[in-house]
Amino acid sequence: MSAGTNDSTNDVSNRALSNLDLETPEKPYLDSNELIINMGPQHPATHGVLRVILKLDGEKVLGTECVIGYLHRGVEKIAENRTYTMFNPYVDRMDYVAAVSNGLGYCEAVEKLMNVEAPARAKYIRVILTELNRIASHQLWLGTHALDIGAMTPLFYTFRDREEILKIFEKYCGARLTTHAFRIGGCQYETYAGFEKDVKNFLTFFAPKIDEYEALLTTNRIWMERTKNVGVISGADCIALGVTGPVLRASGVQWDLRKAQPYAAYSEFDFEIPTGTNGDTYDRYLVRMAEMRQSLRIVEQAVNGIPEGPIMGKVPKVIKPPVGEIYHSIEAPKGELGYFIVSDGSTQPYRLRVRPPSFVNLQALDIMVRGLLVADVVAVIGTLDIVLGEVDR
Amino acid sequence: MPNFIMSYLGSTVTPGEAGNQFWALMYVLIIFAGVSVAVICMNWIERKALAHFQVRLGPMRVGPHGLLQPIADALKLMLKEDIIPAEADQFVFWVAPLIGLLTAFTVYTVIPFGPSQAVSDMNIGILFMLGVSSLGVLGIVVAGWASNSHYPLIGALRSSAQMVSYEVAMGLAVVSAILMTSLNEKGTGTLSMIGIVQAQQQQGVWFIFKFFPLGLIAFVIFAIAMIAETNRAPFDLAEAESELTAGYHTEYSGLRWSLFMLAEYAAMIAVSSIAVTLWLGGWMRPFPNLLRAPAWDFIFSLFPGLTFLGLAAITFLGVARMPAHSFFKIQRIGLAVFAALLGFLALLLLVIAIAGRSADTSLAARFREGIDYVYWFVFKVAVFMYLFIWYRATWPRYRFDQLMRVGWKVLLPISLGVLMVTAIVGVIVS
Amino acid sequence: MAPVATPFFFYMLAGLAVLSGLAVITRRNAVHSALALIVTLLSVAGLYLMLYAPFVAGVQIIVYAGGIMVLFLFVIMLVNIERSSKERRFNRIWPVGLAAACALLALFVFAFAKGRALFPDRMMTLPESSNTQQIATMLYGDAGRMGQYTFAFEIASLLLLVAILGAVIMTKKKI
Repeated sequence: MSAGTNDSTNDVSNRALSNLDLETPEKPYLDSNELIINMGPQHPATHGVLRVILKLDGEKVLGTECVIGYLHRGVEKIAENRTYTMFNPYVDRMDYVAAVSNGLGYCEAVEKLMNVEAPARAKYIRVILTELNRIASHQLWLGTHALDIGAMTPLFYTFRDREEILKIFEKYCGARLTTHAFRIGGCQYETYAGFEKDVKNFLTFFAPKIDEYEALLTTNRIWMERTKNVGVISGADCIALGVTGPVLRASGVQWDLRKAQPYAAYSEFDFEIPTGTNGDTYDRYLVRMAEMRQSLRIVEQAVNGIPEGPIMGKVPKVIKPPVGEIYHSIEAPKGELGYFIVSDGSTQPYRLRVRPPSFVNLQALDIMVRGLLVADVVAVIGTLDIVLGEVDR
Repeated sequence: MPNFIMSYLGSTVTPGEAGNQFWALMYVLIIFAGVSVAVICMNWIERKALAHFQVRLGPMRVGPHGLLQPIADALKLMLKEDIIPAEADQFVFWVAPLIGLLTAFTVYTVIPFGPSQAVSDMNIGILFMLGVSSLGVLGIVVAGWASNSHYPLIGALRSSAQMVSYEVAMGLAVVSAILMTSLNEKGTGTLSMIGIVQAQQQQGVWFIFKFFPLGLIAFVIFAIAMIAETNRAPFDLAEAESELTAGYHTEYSGLRWSLFMLAEYAAMIAVSSIAVTLWLGGWMRPFPNLLRAPAWDFIFSLFPGLTFLGLAAITFLGVARMPAHSFFKIQRIGLAVFAALLGFLALLLLVIAIAGRSADTSLAARFREGIDYVYWFVFKVAVFMYLFIWYRATWPRYRFDQLMRVGWKVLLPISLGVLMVTAIVGVIVS
Repeated sequence: MAPVATPFFFYMLAGLAVLSGLAVITRRNAVHSALALIVTLLSVAGLYLMLYAPFVAGVQIIVYAGGIMVLFLFVIMLVNIERSSKERRFNRIWPVGLAAACALLALFVFAFAKGRALFPDRMMTLPESSNTQQIATMLYGDAGRMGQYTFAFEIASLLLLVAILGAVIMTKKKI
């Protein structure tokens, strides 16, 4: 298919245009009604370097094509040349917003491969930090999503409240964003003096804040008009595409890995899985707000009962897993985050494949935006909650 | 010379009506300067208020508490390179911001700050205002076209379609307020702005409370329509940064862009003045009927001085709270001078209020009355300005088709209904 | 209020109207023609004001300059711009146009000369405030009687409604 008018040197966009199934128009602007718009890699609303090519009929979207790879750093290839312990910090940089979850998934996958188990105290610490990170990730999502739709103020409120969580992380492991909090076999750092007090203070501090966010948005007529029936996807479509996380749960499917395949002490806690009914943007918003409340519940139960004991399991100094392969997945804030590790018995993995939730969820963008107006595309990208770091790795 | 000024102050009609060209020209100059100062203040207040809504401080560096920030912005915009797109139509590109600016400022000819404090009291005052505001749409359309670029054109057409749609609902709401002016013995209403406020004075009730809730609904419709008229949040899709169409003023840089912003703020103040005049009693003090005694008159006449006294007190507090570091010395001095100026103004106003407390025609009394009228009018308009900023901070923005749906399918039927019911009630009552 | 500098304003407004009217038909660029038409309409509104008809002037600005001309500009801008500026102006039949204009001019001169007696010798000074009220009385009636033009007014508005509906029905792909 000759695409002589547009980028003929750019192979990717040629393939993209051919995927959109159209003849190359002669004058793709005011003459015909169909036009191709590029939401380029630099755009205030694509949450990272994502390029979305939209095919429009006037104002309605007929189809999209996402061009990714602008943030590809070759993480999986790097893994083949690092030892398991050396690779731990790389994992944070994939979904940099929810770095603790990434670390949890990786450490648990290697532990499963080596057939060791983290002690109970380490599991509780892991759960507390991971759930706090879930809240932080959802707060960032809420602020940026509201900003895309036009409400400027929730961004500042969520970032201000997120600071408390980041302060706890900094006191615990020295870093706010890319925490490298866990090690294979447990945790490296003992909780600092005052950790429980800080977490409990955060719980009392944060519960009314969710009400504050909801008061601004949930019953706001303009918010509801912008998000209801926008970007609808059915539960069957989600399962067919492999979409997981709040997107799946808002479409009515009650599937959460913390309940379905419990890991890291989640089986000891009592919490609910919020689901939606319509699978539109409004339901995804409600599901994530409810998830924040459930995370508060989990953290409360965990911090009130951290068992005593060692924080590191019986792990040899040099980590050499036996020959074999494993796939282990956890419920990251954005969906199912999975690690597939093939070990050939050496200190470096033979192959490490990451199943990022945002990468799989991004497929749903095409289905969700068909028939919507251009202004809604921005809202739908925001509601999928993608982080390009893990889409591209 | 003093006789000249005295003879002017004694008049009870506007300079336009009295045929007094000199004073009309003075008024025009005062209004021009005043609106420019008001737009500058509005810029600062918007940035500070938005920042405080968003848990941050806003401009703090340029001048104490950012008070000189608007001046810095104006200087920067004036000194910027004037970029004109190569394929743009030069003449039209140059004329477009001027159209918007001229129409926005011409409207101030009929705005009544008091019973004789207006440039000219046309007897089609409200018609004139609506007409000139509708001419402002042309400025936007032409600006988008002159940029010779696809996206500004689409943005301009959208903005102007939105403004034209909401003008209809605005006009109908205005008509139902005008209907209420005809509920007097003669049975004829008036279109003149001063006449409308005097009708409210005569009937003893602000039109927002008249035939409750009809006046209120008409006021609310106008309040919503005027936000859409001025392309402010939540109806600012055409100007938003995160949308694909970038807005009609994309290709304008430097001074031309600042002219657009000036026109936008001036239009905001103008439509707020219409709302205040038609529904909120214009220059009348609050509770003109419930609290009628001269003592209440005196108390309310102290308000201008007390307002400035309060502002001066807050500014002095700001001076006291500034860090005692040598870096802040100039800022402290500047803020203290500003506070002293405010305090001096407050004292002057209080002296005038006390000296002119009798309701006779002495010079002090006339000064006091004039100041009171202007103060209450500006106070009410300032409340509207704050509401504009509050809406921008709080609400997300409407999508364009939802915006048009609200304008045509919601506001228009309601305003038609209010108009009919107001007419029926008015006929029944009179 | 006494009128001020009437001849100056009259000649200025009239001259402006004629000049911008000429600009409408001579500009190559359609948007320039539309802007010149707006100037013409505004000068005519000024002339109405000088004839002590402020209501008509106000309505002229609102409806004509602020509504209809915006519509004109929309249409001009949505039509393909390159194509319209490349079209040849069809000035092959200009003799016919000139003849028609001369005929119209002759008609005006004839009417002016014959009907000179209809025009008053000096200017009438009508009270300004009566224009709105007089128009209202003529259109809507007064004290129980129907106005002179009530029926025509309502029929005209019905005609406009039919025109709008027709345009919408003809152009929408699906209702």
